Amino acid sequence: MANLPANYRYLETHEWHRLDGDIVTIGITQIAADELTDVTFVALPKVGTKIEANHKFGEIDSVKANSDLYSGASGTVIEINHQLADNPGLVNNDPYEAGWMIKLQVTDPNPLDKLLTSEQYQAKMGH
Amino acid sequence: MLKRTPFYDYHVSAGAKLVDFAGWEMPLHYRGIIDEHEQTRRSGSMFDVSHMGRLHFTGKDVVPFLNRVLTRNVSAQKVGQSRYSLVCNPSGGVMDDIIISRDQKNWIMVCNASNREKIVKHLGDVRKTESFDLDIADQTESTAMVAIQGPEVIEKLADVLPGDVRSMKRYQFETGSLMMTKFTVFRSGYTGEDGVEVILPARMAGMAMKMLGAKLDKPDATIRPAGLGARDTLRIEAGMPLYGHELSETIDPLSAGLEWAVDLTKNFIGVEPLREIAKTGPKRKLVGLELEGRRIARQGTALQAGGAVVGEVSSGTWSPTLQKSIAMAFVDSALTAEETALIADLKGTLTPAKVVKLPFYKRQPHG
Repeated sequence: MANLPANYRYLETHEWHRLDGDIVTIGITQIAADELTDVTFVALPKVGTKIEANHKFGEIDSVKANSDLYSGASGTVIEINHQLADNPGLVNNDPYEAGWMIKLQVTDPNPLDKLLTSEQYQAKMGH
Repeated sequence: MLKRTPFYDYHVSAGAKLVDFAGWEMPLHYRGIIDEHEQTRRSGSMFDVSHMGRLHFTGKDVVPFLNRVLTRNVSAQKVGQSRYSLVCNPSGGVMDDIIISRDQKNWIMVCNASNREKIVKHLGDVRKTESFDLDIADQTESTAMVAIQGPEVIEKLADVLPGDVRSMKRYQFETGSLMMTKFTVFRSGYTGEDGVEVILPARMAGMAMKMLGAKLDKPDATIRPAGLGARDTLRIEAGMPLYGHELSETIDPLSAGLEWAVDLTKNFIGVEPLREIAKTGPKRKLVGLELEGRRIARQGTALQAGGAVVGEVSSGTWSPTLQKSIAMAFVDSALTAEETALIADLKGTLTPAKVVKLPFYKRQPHG
């Protein structure tokens, strides 16, 4: 898994989290995107929605499956990726950058400490 | 241990994502389901369908035997003709949907991989209990089968394949030789496109792919490999049933809209209950649905009208051709008219849907 960003933190349910100051960006991993096959729709919360850690924040539909999306951090949605509405395939083609889903403003100074590191996530995926 | 088709090495070398399908290790896709779907509609794709069952029948009672187990009358079927038909249980439920073809010396049945063992046993039981004189040979694992489908396929392959493919009509087939090898070429398919399905000896599959493989791998190739994922989205657009979805032991062919493949005047297994259903019409019937938005209605999704549950989705997908969420569903017969408004309960998200005509996609007639 050469393409798993080392500075991101992960949930076992395949969401990645990136911390920039007090903003956490969330998306799903390439492993998850490959498993889903072509993503056809991503249901995201409205800006302003409060999200609790380990709760569902959205849903993802692909040609093969439907699955829930979870956040590993608590916070308020300040931005969602509007490009996914017309181009959900970004999740397959560029899951760690253009295929991001939501940005959360967080109050916890160490919001990702309990999440998996890239090594731990890889180990759980059997890679 | 999963079974592997004679094309397994090719799938691995072409980078396929492999999945368990009915006990076979099969390609789900090579590049992406939507990419392969669009390639099939635009130009051409090659699908490994070697997992499907291939049974041969010979002997003096083949015609009365097939007329006993199949819903369609095979008596008038000529050499070189194929027919879609159903195998029913005594209650009129569908045990399998198959294609039966009459060759010079034998008959060939292609059945679903998931039903092969059940069908072989059922046919053997009927032969024995009703004393039919014929041989049934399962040739699935000594042969391979590919489906090559798409608008450019016939022109591209006409000079390569044995027989005169250009003049062959839909549901006709020819058996010929190429390099001293027997090939059977059928003008049929499961995608809504024109094309062929080819049966060849298993030992020839590796060599065929060594010759073709490099060509198929080119991004601009006319014909590229495609997996079961695209096969499913293509057949849904074409409104074709899939066993386990639109057909099962508890679904009868009349409800599934297959009355054209059922001859109620002959005495096949399951005919009596089907005659009863035909008198009043089925309670629920298969329809096409278009849903608002981009969410997909999966198998089992409940359909509502006026607050009551009136049906259930059997297959659904995102249609790459129509750019719409589409589904096939069984709904109460009173609600099957086109434009009827229904509500699909997608995990709590109530989504408007309307009944539309099947198929969702029909290819333009050639030339």
